[in-house]
Amino acid sequence: MNEQEKDVILLSHGDGGLLTHQLIQGTFFPGFNNKWLEEEGDSAVLNFGQERLAFSTDSFVVSPLFFPGGDIGKLAICGTVNDLVVSGARPLWLSAAFIIPEGMAIERLSDVVRSMSEIACQLKLPIVTGDTKVVSSNDPENLFINTTGIGVIYPESNFNVKNVEPADKVIITGSIGDHGAAILAARLGLESKESPQSDCAPLDFISTLLRPYFPYIKVMRDPTRGGLATTLKELAISGSFDFWLEESSINVKPKVKAISDILGIDPYYLASEGRALLVVKNGQEEEIIKELKKHPLGKDASIIGYARAGKGNLFLRTKLGGTRPLQMLAGTPLPRIC
Amino acid sequence: MEQGSFGYSVTNYNRLTEQLLNKVLKLGQKIAEKKGKKTKIMEVCGTHTVAFSRSGIAQLLSDVLDLRSGPGCPICVTHQQDLDYMISLSRIKEVIIVTFGDLLRVPGSFTSLEKEKAKGADVHICYSPLEAIDLAAANTQKEIVLLGIGFETTAPTIATALAQAREKGLKNFSIYSTLKLVPPALEALLHEKKFDLDGLVLPGHVSTVLGSNTFDFIAQKYALPCVVAGFEPLDLLMGLYYLLNSIMEEKAELTNAYAHIVKEKGNKTAKEIINLFFEEGETLWRGFASIPGSGLKLRTEYNDFEARSRFNNLEIPQTEVFSGCSCGDIITGKLTPFDCLLFNTSCTPLTPVGPCMVSSEGACSAYYQYRQQTQQEILLH
Repeated sequence: MNEQEKDVILLSHGDGGLLTHQLIQGTFFPGFNNKWLEEEGDSAVLNFGQERLAFSTDSFVVSPLFFPGGDIGKLAICGTVNDLVVSGARPLWLSAAFIIPEGMAIERLSDVVRSMSEIACQLKLPIVTGDTKVVSSNDPENLFINTTGIGVIYPESNFNVKNVEPADKVIITGSIGDHGAAILAARLGLESKESPQSDCAPLDFISTLLRPYFPYIKVMRDPTRGGLATTLKELAISGSFDFWLEESSINVKPKVKAISDILGIDPYYLASEGRALLVVKNGQEEEIIKELKKHPLGKDASIIGYARAGKGNLFLRTKLGGTRPLQMLAGTPLPRIC
Repeated sequence: MEQGSFGYSVTNYNRLTEQLLNKVLKLGQKIAEKKGKKTKIMEVCGTHTVAFSRSGIAQLLSDVLDLRSGPGCPICVTHQQDLDYMISLSRIKEVIIVTFGDLLRVPGSFTSLEKEKAKGADVHICYSPLEAIDLAAANTQKEIVLLGIGFETTAPTIATALAQAREKGLKNFSIYSTLKLVPPALEALLHEKKFDLDGLVLPGHVSTVLGSNTFDFIAQKYALPCVVAGFEPLDLLMGLYYLLNSIMEEKAELTNAYAHIVKEKGNKTAKEIINLFFEEGETLWRGFASIPGSGLKLRTEYNDFEARSRFNNLEIPQTEVFSGCSCGDIITGKLTPFDCLLFNTSCTPLTPVGPCMVSSEGACSAYYQYRQQTQQEILLH
């Protein structure tokens, strides 16, 4: 294999796994390096006068544009809002930029905008600036949306992976992989009552319910691209500790498991778009779970594992009592032959 | 109460699985004491390799069982020469390649379909081969080439695509078949007698098509105990339990532990449609010399659908096999991925040297995803 062959962007560079990681480390960081970027959080944390601001941006590319449980518009609002929420911030303002393919039906675009507006209104969150570009494309469904959000960080939140200590507990607010499975099923053309629904939803309820517990929350993430495994592995690596998970306490819905089994894909690597992962101080987990369960989106919250001194590994204790390591996603999960 | 497979309650299912695990472990220990070594078993099918590792069963039984992978991962057994041919097809301007996803990242001698796609090749990842038919009907100026990779399990759907192409009179559709048959490969493997297997776990899915009695020859001709098994933890353990019993009692017999799915004579409809379009022929396998009667070739009357004759002026690069890659020895059970010097050093899922590291069914990928570290790291705790 010659070197030149390696030097092109592959679709896998955008999957949130190892190649994305390498691209960020090797290409973007050397160019843009600064102390805010180095934190590698879901949002940048900026000190401004007396306030700490959270600043986050995300671009959304999804096929199909509309899927069971959501659409690209809802995803674009929830995605950025959730990045702010897991950074311990209250979202204040959003921007929205559209890159629209030539040939897209205006009615279709309006449907997307309506969906964004609905969820933004529900969150009482104004979209205060935006941008429109049109590009030539041979696919009228090739719509890209970027949203950026600014929020103010609650004074009592101090989420940082460096705060994690041995015996801290890992909590997830619900089942895993619903969004990823819904997208795969939609692409497969499986649209029935039996197909999985995306969990795409705003996570602002977490701040409302858990504010009094913020001092006990060590770090929070939303397991989107790369799924539960990649998100926890990243945390473990950057904090230099291990996580041990119990397979039996991780909720994978039967419909999600069915799609994963058909395609030979591991649900631990499928994206969620309405779940949060929390690492909380040992001893506080039961109280926090009790609070989370007060909201419909947190009713399935459970403790799935704990932190342990180590070197950045993620282990899963299987239902049978075996142990297996979980790695970062290496290459987009692809449907298999048999 | 939540219901698991087979309609048992989840709690009962887990209890049953645990009990069976203990029985298998005890039986394994007994055999180890009797023979003074671990029992060496080959799981022929790639899905079994993954299921053993992913469920943790392989790790839990590693003191008594020496599990070896077999030639049952479709990507892994595909010969380098075929990979190079398929990648070269993707470089033809008017061609749309239709392929299953796992083939995308498999390295050919110089490049991969994924890299060619990034450089502009039209590569469509399909979930079903029938998507190729829709693409052909919608793109009449293009040539649609379906990459026919797989075993007896994939062949019927490829044949169904051919049937539809014939019915619709499509002139711009062809297939590049490297379809393979499992029994001749097992025959070749056992005939070589290069290493001492104690038993075989036979592929559950392939058996649903062929029927369990296709594999009778293993017990009869090669005097080896074998079992047809399913894929859930309970199925796997059930299979191992039967197999270890046969080994303990030194009975060369075939047991069907997946009888609720696998019938003795298999699936007649599936076999008929395969036979309608294909005939057996000699084909190349990675890890073997060419094996007679082990490939499915298009029957001559369907030569119009044969990509090899449609694009016969293609320049194929001289095939290079990477030095140090043990894929050939791993899929014939001679080595395990841990024995390969490249494993997790120069060969990782991001920089795969051989196909076993790429395919989700591949032994190296399964060991990398589910087992590496476990051995060393867990000891530290």
